[in-house]
This record gives sequence, structure tokens and C-alpha cells, in this order.
Amino acid sequence: MSAERPGPLAGVRVVELAGELSSYCGKLLADLGADVVVVEPPGGHASRSYGPFVDDVPDPERSLWWWWYNTSKRGVVVDLATADGRLDFRRLAATADIVVESEHPGHLAALHIDHGDIRAAHPDLIWVSVTPFGRSGPRAADPATDLTILAGGGPVWSCGYDDHTLPPVRGGGNQGLHTASVFALMSALVALVHRDAGGSGQHIDVNAHAAANVTTEISSVSWLLAGRTVQRQTGRHAMLEPTLPVQVLAADGRYVTTGFAPQQARHFQLLLDWMDELGVREDFPEAFFLELGIERGGIDSRELEGDPEGLAIMGAGRDALVFIASKVAAYDFFVGSQERGMQCGIIWTPDEALFDTHFQARGIATTVRHDDIGRDVVYADAPIGFTRSPSRISRRAPHLGEHDGELLGDPGAS
Amino acid sequence: MMVRPSNDVDPAPATGSALGHVTICDLSGQLAGAGATRFLAAFGARVIRVEDPVRQGRWDILRGSMPYRDERRGLEMGGAFNNHNVGKLGVTINLRTDRGRELLTELVAVSDVVTENFASGVMDRLGFGYERLAEIRPDIVYVSNSGFGHVGPYAQYKTFGPIVQACCGLTAASGLAGQPPAGWGFSYMDHLGGAFMATAVLTALVHRARTGEGQWVDMSCTEAGLGLAGPDLLDAVVNDRPMRRDGFPDSNRSRAPAMAPHGIYPTAGDDEWVAIACRDDEDWRQVADHIGEPWTSDPRWTSLDGRLLRQDDLDASIADWTQRQDRSALAAALVARGVPAAVVARPEDRIDHDPVTAAWGLWPTVSHPEMGDVRVDGLPVHLSETDWRIERSAPTLGQHNEYVFGAMLGRSAEDLERLAADGDI
Repeated sequence: MSAERPGPLAGVRVVELAGELSSYCGKLLADLGADVVVVEPPGGHASRSYGPFVDDVPDPERSLWWWWYNTSKRGVVVDLATADGRLDFRRLAATADIVVESEHPGHLAALHIDHGDIRAAHPDLIWVSVTPFGRSGPRAADPATDLTILAGGGPVWSCGYDDHTLPPVRGGGNQGLHTASVFALMSALVALVHRDAGGSGQHIDVNAHAAANVTTEISSVSWLLAGRTVQRQTGRHAMLEPTLPVQVLAADGRYVTTGFAPQQARHFQLLLDWMDELGVREDFPEAFFLELGIERGGIDSRELEGDPEGLAIMGAGRDALVFIASKVAAYDFFVGSQERGMQCGIIWTPDEALFDTHFQARGIATTVRHDDIGRDVVYADAPIGFTRSPSRISRRAPHLGEHDGELLGDPGAS
Repeated sequence: MMVRPSNDVDPAPATGSALGHVTICDLSGQLAGAGATRFLAAFGARVIRVEDPVRQGRWDILRGSMPYRDERRGLEMGGAFNNHNVGKLGVTINLRTDRGRELLTELVAVSDVVTENFASGVMDRLGFGYERLAEIRPDIVYVSNSGFGHVGPYAQYKTFGPIVQACCGLTAASGLAGQPPAGWGFSYMDHLGGAFMATAVLTALVHRARTGEGQWVDMSCTEAGLGLAGPDLLDAVVNDRPMRRDGFPDSNRSRAPAMAPHGIYPTAGDDEWVAIACRDDEDWRQVADHIGEPWTSDPRWTSLDGRLLRQDDLDASIADWTQRQDRSALAAALVARGVPAAVVARPEDRIDHDPVTAAWGLWPTVSHPEMGDVRVDGLPVHLSETDWRIERSAPTLGQHNEYVFGAMLGRSAEDLERLAADGDI
């Protein structure tokens, strides 16, 4: 892939008001090649104070939160509290194909710079508002954070441990913010495709609470369909009925996950062969059931009701994976099971994954130059592999007001 | 042959929709693939889901699988399959036969997009790799979605949600200090993988509209998951602070931005919990005032630094108090004071007793020919001019063969009878 080719959204202009719920949307648009201008208030957006910081030195230009969520963007400072600032914002928005904001509902309207105020003269403009509970409705004014979005929206109920005296768990990494942002991104692109086909611009109302609600897989489906409530389990799906553990400590003290229980005769044979290779087959008490599974030509987990032998075979297949995992290192188990056609995984931390041999070979770890502090920093690059118009992180996050000179003051600026 | 089902009234694309001009030949399945085309179908894209008649569509493990509505079982009774395939048309094509492959060729020729989430190499083996697709339709947008992508040492490895989540780091980043990884209790990366796949389709369509150029997109769910690690990943790399360390993760807490108290606390009742996030000193003052017990005014808790320093003690004191409270009343009282708080919502709370999701219209009802009326996930967005519509259930196996092969591709009724008799469809 040529690094010289423009990204797939080259030529698309986005103006983004810096905000937690929408910054990942802006980042993805920018990494996909759109020209994204992120607008901050004087002194910088609050997230510049979040950290973590480079070398743990708090500084608005050393916030890794800001770095991560603002790659490939240009940045300006605009004071929306002043008439001049609002004029700057209007001019910027008028140059945009898409405006993305996550302001408190009512804030922009009070300043007369809401989507209705600006789209009246620019009907082609696509305006995306991302808020915790939607722009209007029963809880529009309520406060929220990533934690409360994920707790109130459903994902947390399904996550945690078999031991229900331990609290349910919020998955890490700001996924409540990400889920809202990803729906904002997809919707903005739907509106852009519509406009490319001759349609007008429009306003898009993105509701983070609703986004979490429809990102819970079988938790919602089980209730919608049958009025039944799933229960959380350690490291595996929350289910209506308990299932066997899948998370296993491998011989080197790292965790693996065994995924689906094997069902094919071929896999039962490969498991027996693997135990032979390791010289541990005689220590596995259920080998007989694997042999039975081979004789039966495999099993189908969906057809095991009233088939105790089939259930025993299924249990033996799962136990064989657990048994082998306890005898080898986690990575060897992962590769060994996958090379044998079974869907198992290693539980990497994100930084271990970034430097894993596979992702290295695919070039997902990319180096971004931070000229200001003289360092090259490794990021996870834009994750979608466009073969003709590669997406990529094109530059570090902007300094505060870094592009004021080229973007503000002149309505024709580009 | 079944009676003409009620969801077959008007399979033609909706007028006035955002994507009514887009036709998608959809070979994808499960949720990571089906979730993408579900989103596009809700905006009017004509999504034609191709299933295998020989295996009765069961390469998609969700077809006929739990959760079920009632005691009925069978191909058309899979609840997740219905949820993830609303609004699509369904055809059967046997890609093992020459006449089956001819039909797929004709379908590709009238499609803007081909989507699939087979394991790497399957489309080539079927004779429909990108080169062939581009011969049939030069500006085709072809999006593959696989666990590890089509290039690299693990290209042949198979995944589903939990494996993706394990290998990209999301599982390890979810849990309590001193406990094993909690991971995700559902296939979060199937949802997000589907979202990235839809993004890939739409982005490639934008590129095509501007350049006339189609392309192949090699999307990998593990890579999408790696990008979701957030600022913690940069912290590990930049500050040489490996995430495999004692005390990481502790994902009910918030290290950056630094907040305390910030957690999930037990309340009165069985397995009932409340989440509270104090963003600043004012939020804490409000919580302390609401609790109204002497310990809350201990000067140790006045500043964020103090609260962070003894967060275990603070959390223990808060939990001791919250476990005597009603979760809903507590969350409502704190929110009324301006503090972010929420019950840990059970599905029944957020689906049947939540004014926000109700006002949003988040749970539309579709009429399934065999299951009957069922509610499904809606979309968390509303577009002012071309909003989504979810009105049709998932297709039954081969439900739209007549419409797609006949009305769209011009095959005669006799031809279709022969194809069916010979096992081509």
C-alpha cells in the first residue's frame, strides 16, 4: 500500500467541537482521510487535563488522552462565549460537510449557533449531535460518564464474575464513549452517501444511552423475545443457564480462553494426538469419550437434549482443551489450537497485542512523529484496510490553537 | 411450501430512504457481519442475504439457535438470527454447482457492494475473490470482515467475539484488581466489528462516488478491537508501563480522568447495584451531603488526592451505606443533585421500564412469519430527513428467491422450478 495515496474520505471537511462523546468519531473520520478541524475553547478542552501524561508530567500538550483521540486532526481555538468566536465558528461550519458536536442539549441553541441556525443557510450540511440521552426527551439534561452510560445502558449487567458477591464490571477503555462515537460515525456516513446521491444535509441525534442498549447482544434479545434475564459469568457470555468456564490459566501463568467446545470427530482426534505429542494422554481420564466422539462422527451441540453420551463427549472435548492448556504456555496453546482448527484465544493485554507477531506483520503498529518533544511514538493505526485508498494516522494531535493562523479569520480558508 | 408470510408484502427498496439506491450482495452472517448489513438495511439499502440451501443456512450458527421465544425449535426460531437480520431479503444459492455460481454472478452484477465474513481464503475457493468480483462489476465495493484479516501469520485462524476480545486486549482490560480478567459477557466485538464493517462499506461508497473507483477492504475485528484500547495503550507504550501489572485493570475505577469515588456499589436487594461517578469535588460534596453521615465530612475526603489515596477505604464506607439503599431511589436522588449515577440496569429495567428508550422508539416490533410479533433492537440515532425504519423480520430460508431471481434478475418461473429441483437454490 502506498503511503502517498489519499485516504478514502479525502476531500471531506469535518468541523468538530471537542467533546468526550464525539472525539473518537472525529478521530476515525480523520484517520480515514477527512480533513477534521477540532475546535477547542480558550485554555484547551478539558480532556487535555485528563492524562495519563507523557512521563507523568501534567501538561495540556502531554495528555495521552488528547493525543489518542485527536490524531490526524488540525486544531483551532474559538471562544464561543464571544460574538467574534461565534462568527468564527459559523464561518468554519459553513466550510464543512459534517459538523460533529457533543455539547449539552440547549447550549448551542442559547448561543444561536445550533444546527438549525446554521443549516438554514447551508442545507447541505450534515450535523451530528452526540449526547448522553438524546437531544430531547425525558432525561436530556441529566449528567453521565462512561461508567454510568455503560451501567444504565445494559453492558455492565452482563460483565463480571461467577461470584455475584463481586460487583458487575465496566469493561475498560471508554467503551461507552466509543459506542456512541461509532454510531455517530456510521450515521454521518449514511447521510453523506445520501447527499452524494442528490439528497440534502440533515441533523443526526445520537443517544449514547440508547447506543449502549443496543450493544448487549443476547441480553436484550433474551428479554425482548422471551422475557428472560441473562446472568453474568467469568470471562464468558452472560447466559440464561450457567455454562462451563472457558478461561484457563496456562502453564506459564497467563490466561487463555477455550471458546466453543469442539464437536467434530477430526478435532477429537487432533486433541488425542496433541496429548500424545505432549506425552500426557494417560493423565486425561476422559480420553474414552473423545474416542467415542470419533466413532460417532462428531456431535452437534444443538441436538444433545436427551443424549447423555453426546453431552459427555462434548464435556470431554472441552475438558481436553482445559487439560492441554494447563500443560503448555499460553501462546503455544493459542497457536497450537488454532493450527489444529479450533477457535481458542490468548488473553493478551492491549500492549502485548500491539507487538504480537501477527499485528506487527500487518503493520498495525505505526509510528507517529511528535516533533515537539523529539519522540517517535507507536500507535495502533486506523483499523480498516482499504486497498486503494489507505486509511492511516496522518499526524499527531494538534497543539492548542496550532492551526488558528491557517483556519480562522478568512471565510475561504482551507 | 409455507403460506405467503406477512413480512413479504413489499420487498422493493423504500422510497425516500438514505440508501435506497444501494444494493448489497450479503454473504455475511453471525453478528459481526450481519450487524453491519442490518444497520445499512435500516436506512433502506437493499440487502440480499445469500444462504446455503444444502446446509439450510446453518453455516451461520445463529440460524435456529438460542435464544428462543418459546418451546418451538427449528431453522426459523433463532431469536438472535431474527434480531440481526431484520429488513433483509433472503435467497438460497448453492455455490457448489455451476448454475448456482451463475446466479451469484448475476447477483453481483446488479450489486454495489459484496460483504462477507468467512474465514480468510473461502471466497477465493468459491471462485469469488476480489479479482473475479471486479471482473463482474469493475467498481464493486467488496468488504471482507475476518478475525485477523486476510494477510499475516494468523490469517487462517478462526474467531468469534470472545476470541477477538481475548486476542486484542479488551478481555484483559476488563476486571477488578486482584481478580482474573472479567472480560466481556457478550460479543462486544461482534457489535463493534459490525460497526466497523458498516463504516468500511459506507466509506468505500463515499470514495466511489468521488472517484468512480471500487475496492477491496480487508477488515479485521482484532485490529478494530486494538484501536478501542484507548489512551491506556499509549500510556503503556509512551511511559513504558506494561499493562500486565499488579492492579491493572481496575476498570470500575477511573484513573484518567482521575475520579473518586468512582465505582459500582451494592444496594438493597439481590444482586442489585448502583454506579456512581464523582467527576470533581462538587460531585463528592453532593454525594456526601446526600449520605449525610458524620464520616463523610472527614477532611481526608475533601480533596481528590485524599480520596484517591484511600480509595479502598472510601469505597468500603460508601458500600456499607449503599447496601441499605434502594438502587433506583439512590440513582435518581444523585442525578437530581447533578451527580452522574445509574442503576446497573437489568434488561427488563432498560427495555420495559425506561422512559428514555421508550420515548426513543428503541424496541420496534416486527412480524415474523413463524415466530409471530417480536420486538428487536432499534438504532440509537435519529436522522431528521432520512431516518431508519425497521419493519420487516429476518427472511426465512429462501423467502425472496422468487423476487430476487425473478423480478430482479429476470429468471422465469420455469427456470426457478428447475433450479430448485436440481438443488441449485
